[in-house]
Amino acid sequence: MSQRANTSPDLDCDFDRVAVEDVSRHFGRRRAVSHVSFLGSSGTIVGLLGPNGAGKSTLLALLATILRASSGAIRYGAIESKDAPAALRERIGVLGHDLFLYPELTARENLVFFAGLYGNDNADGAARAALDRAGLADRADDPVSSFSRGMRQRVALERALIHGPRLLLLDEPFTGLDETSAAALIGRLRGLRDSGAIVILATHDLDLAEGLLDQAVFLRDGRRVETVSHPEGLRSTYRSIVFGASQP
Amino acid sequence: MMRVAWLIVRKDLTVEVRSREIAYTTLFFAVSCVLVFAFALVRDGRAPEDGAAGILWIAVMLAGNLTLGRTFERERQSETLRALLLGPAPRAAVYVGKLLGILALLIGAEVALVPLVALLFQARLLAHPLWLSAILVSGTVGFAAVGTLFAAMLVRARSRDVLLPVLLYPMTVPVIIAGVRGTAALMQPDLEVGVVQFWLALLLCFDAVFVTLALWTFEAVMTD
Amino acid sequence: MPKWFLPLALVCGLMFAASPLVIASADYESTMGLVQKIFYYHMPSAWMFLISAIVCGVSSVRFLVTGDHRHDRTALAAAELTVLFGLITLVTGPLWARRAWGTFWVWDARTTSSLVSWMISWAYLILRRYGGPGSENLAAGLAIFGTANVAFIYVSVNYWRTIHPATTVVPKLPFSMGFPLWFCVAAFTLLFVLLLKLRVRVEEQQARVDELYLSLDDFGR
Repeated sequence: MSQRANTSPDLDCDFDRVAVEDVSRHFGRRRAVSHVSFLGSSGTIVGLLGPNGAGKSTLLALLATILRASSGAIRYGAIESKDAPAALRERIGVLGHDLFLYPELTARENLVFFAGLYGNDNADGAARAALDRAGLADRADDPVSSFSRGMRQRVALERALIHGPRLLLLDEPFTGLDETSAAALIGRLRGLRDSGAIVILATHDLDLAEGLLDQAVFLRDGRRVETVSHPEGLRSTYRSIVFGASQP
Repeated sequence: MMRVAWLIVRKDLTVEVRSREIAYTTLFFAVSCVLVFAFALVRDGRAPEDGAAGILWIAVMLAGNLTLGRTFERERQSETLRALLLGPAPRAAVYVGKLLGILALLIGAEVALVPLVALLFQARLLAHPLWLSAILVSGTVGFAAVGTLFAAMLVRARSRDVLLPVLLYPMTVPVIIAGVRGTAALMQPDLEVGVVQFWLALLLCFDAVFVTLALWTFEAVMTD
Repeated sequence: MPKWFLPLALVCGLMFAASPLVIASADYESTMGLVQKIFYYHMPSAWMFLISAIVCGVSSVRFLVTGDHRHDRTALAAAELTVLFGLITLVTGPLWARRAWGTFWVWDARTTSSLVSWMISWAYLILRRYGGPGSENLAAGLAIFGTANVAFIYVSVNYWRTIHPATTVVPKLPFSMGFPLWFCVAAFTLLFVLLLKLRVRVEEQQARVDELYLSLDDFGR
């Protein structure tokens, strides 16, 4: 991504890998994530796959620094998440399930606001470029509440990327997308990967994830069951790994 | 940090101007409050002594409670509060931004309320406008400073609508005492400046202490 | 339980059992007679109320700063004791006032500000009970605010009162800081320490059970 926010060099927290090391997180007695480890390097797309309640969203929240791990560590390059300065958040972009958009504001206003939030001096220019990339330049001045789910997703993705993050976290990004939008998203993610970003996405949609992932981390009940590099035949792999134990 | 706070204020104002939801509902609620008090307390066309001061402040606090709830409820839909906290600015900037927005709304409501209360209760509220503004603004800052922190804290909690007043009202007792007493002192025929100054000083101290405390504890309280 | 708990609990029980006798042996106060003796329970419980509130506030600060859950447990236990001792104070006070001065409640500066602080500690417990998961941090914030507020509450209530003098004036009683008072203070302090320890231990056990429960997970791998 060419747009970079204005940061002084000593505050630049760029990293080339994110390492999840034996991370657990519990809520009272419920273990949401249990001793999960994996590594995401620059220029890869990592998929977190698993049934509902497997801990995918929790893991993404931990990676986004919204949650603190109960045990274990997450390292962004050399920086550990516990000691991470606020500037680290500049390198992380999140596309959550709830899209993080203000429905009363227009697409342009949303993007300008978030660009400004991330310290971009040329917020208007950044927003314009983002709208062009999303193909929404003609609807730029309509309130987001009037958009379809797919269009909102596109704006939300641009919002997540507007500050040129190194690490992109996506929670169920294909929900509610039609084929064209999904294909566009996949193309976009591939482009990001090729430019050196680390993309970690959680999804149920195995067909769409097919061929997209460089690494697949299978989760069940908060635990990492298996990690497969360059997975093929995702659906059958998923079934055998995640449900393998229950089959006779 | 102030840059980010200012961005948030502008954003909130834009959203508010579009929908005008919170402004209208706050104002309407405050006015209804005052009317209810009028029906309850005015007898034979005469208002109780000093009643106006109390009524004004109670209406402000009740309306303020609603405003706080609504403002953060809005951020809760689409989880935008999370998005704000994910930004690289110090998280206290989110607090400051929200605080300023809420202050603007409440002070706007007060501008409408003061003449209304003065009219309905035949109170000499506008006798000393500068002192009154000072007391109103510093009291509102105190109330909003504590309220913004609590409302932000409660965004992800259960029973948040009921918990906000439960937490907020005991904590802002000094504000209501100082505010009401200060305002009442302003309505006396012969103004005792010393009394008004005392209450104003108390309010300003309260504001200083609690805004500082809120800035210190905001990040710790909002992280899970 | 630590070794000192049981013996101290015994001592505390004995002291409370003996306290009526000790109090009865104290001098009769001239104006109020027998009723004044309630003071020997009222004053120590007021002090314990204050001390519990301070312990809660300090533990909350330590919890927010370090994130160590031991401080959170102490804060919770101290908050409960604040409510308990506050209740004793706020009940014994009016009972005394009724007999001594004719009314249950005088809007006295100290009484009123105690009531407000007591309500804040109630709010703390309500928040912890009904706030859902993650309410420990929120409650700690509330406790810190509450502690900082004590001075403001007192000053504002005090000044509010003096400009509207009560119909019955609360006299400043000349107390002889005699043996019965210190005896009761010691008994109440002991009670406070024991109850705090007991309550913290209950929370500790709860946390250990949760931990064991969670670690069961690890055996299934």
